[in-house]
Amino acid sequence: MTISEILNQIKSTSARLVVENSIKLAKENESYHALLNLTSERALKRADEVDSGKITGRLAGVPFVVKDNFLAFGAPTTAASKMLENFNAPLQATAVEKLEAEGAICIGKANLDAFAHGGSTENSAFGPTKNAIDTDRVAGGSSGGSAVITALNVVPFALGSDTGGSIRQPASYNGVVGVKSTYGAVSRYGVVAMASSTDVIGSFATNVADAELVTDIISGRDERDMTTLPDFFKVQPNAKPGQKIGLVSDFMTDGVDSEVREKINQYVEKLRSKGHDVSEVNLPMAEYALAIYYIIVPAELSSNLARYDGIRYGHRAEGIKTLAELYGKTRDQGFVTENKRRIMIGSYVLSSGYFDAYYLQAQKARTLLINEFDKLFEKYDVLIGPTAPTPAFKLGENTADPIKMYINDIMTVPTSLAGLPAISVPAGTNKAGLSIGVQLMGPRQSEAMLLSLARSMEDK
Amino acid sequence: MTQISRDDVLYLAQLSSLELDETEIDGLQADLSNILGYVQQLNKLDTTNVEPTYQVTGLSSVWRDDTVIDFGISRQELLALSPEVVDNQIKVPKVL
Repeated sequence: MTISEILNQIKSTSARLVVENSIKLAKENESYHALLNLTSERALKRADEVDSGKITGRLAGVPFVVKDNFLAFGAPTTAASKMLENFNAPLQATAVEKLEAEGAICIGKANLDAFAHGGSTENSAFGPTKNAIDTDRVAGGSSGGSAVITALNVVPFALGSDTGGSIRQPASYNGVVGVKSTYGAVSRYGVVAMASSTDVIGSFATNVADAELVTDIISGRDERDMTTLPDFFKVQPNAKPGQKIGLVSDFMTDGVDSEVREKINQYVEKLRSKGHDVSEVNLPMAEYALAIYYIIVPAELSSNLARYDGIRYGHRAEGIKTLAELYGKTRDQGFVTENKRRIMIGSYVLSSGYFDAYYLQAQKARTLLINEFDKLFEKYDVLIGPTAPTPAFKLGENTADPIKMYINDIMTVPTSLAGLPAISVPAGTNKAGLSIGVQLMGPRQSEAMLLSLARSMEDK
Repeated sequence: MTQISRDDVLYLAQLSSLELDETEIDGLQADLSNILGYVQQLNKLDTTNVEPTYQVTGLSSVWRDDTVIDFGISRQELLALSPEVVDNQIKVPKVL
């Protein structure tokens, strides 16, 4: 269902009926475990206020879901962790507030890898989310719940966060549109922090036009997040003709699933048939992006997660005798293994004696990667490639080997490190019916251009 | 390959304020060795005279007026988030 179809339904029936139906659908699809909590009571109250005319706006009465690392009213904000299992947010994230100001109605909180650490939603402290197409497979992650609930048509759109691919990769695995904005385009106020230099807020939708509307609403400067940029997003009704597009050959090697490459090549042919000029380009630093990412991101998150100490809020361990024990036991009980793994890697690369060799070298390598992107964007409007090297993998397939799990983000982390906008749109399915996503990447602040190009490529 | 010893794991856990469960230590020792081994490939890169990148906004010295912003949250609401509150103060366990 598109947003405009939902708005028509609300007009001919009522917001209450539409929201009730969405909640009913969410309950019928409980076996996917896409949602951790429903916010039914608050949602229905707001629906009545839409029907009475008290709430108005471009999304008046339209139901949506937020990843459970966004602070929102009506249910706890758990970040899918035991640490915050009973945390009731005293405020709402700016992105949620902006959507509510347009009349949208949040019906639930979506599952994720605990603290958004992961690429499959299997690291949720409350159990994994299942893929919308094949329930033996992963949802992708970390915003797996948001992707699946959108793909199941329970809601027309959902919010997620993307630190290294956490919106784009699950969008690809579940056959929906996923938008990772330019770093700083959308306020992160009220979102549980992971890696401050790459965390970005974005959306999932069933079609590009809906993603554009949501992006338009949530983007813009926020006094409460000093990294936000002045609002630059403006929907471009028509795609610019004759664009110069670079197909990133480093993402199309033999190691990439052949059916994935086939779908990307078909998308490229379609771009050419529409008059765009596509040629192969090289991004040699892409090979190092994952290594850069797994130094910088653990370093930043080890610092951001230091706040969970069992003192002021969140879980506190019982029966302790010393302060070190209070911190240590609280954190041992409140974090999943992947959280601990990353925090400890962060502690390692930041510790004296290793700082220069790991952290500083990674930040320098990051500069080299950004320089390569900048150079390509002097000649090309857009870069294109797969969103992920394979379709959704099986549940449990990669849980024993962290590196195997991390490799699935190899095509999404480069743009995260460079702060560039990138979107994943459905490019078809493989023979088994699993969805494959194509990734469009652009220079800073070019998301409106990327989205208009993707919209012009949609089958009507 | 970077070899992380069992003592390294315990030291990193201490730096990270994590009191690890005995059953997790072996797994973490192997994982941390593998991950740190993987990221060492960056040593191959020549980064002489390359400036590090710490942030990507291009923004610098963001200022705002030094005025009070009302976030609409009461003291009671914030205190209600703590594990234990007595007389408007957060109560912590005795550790001395």
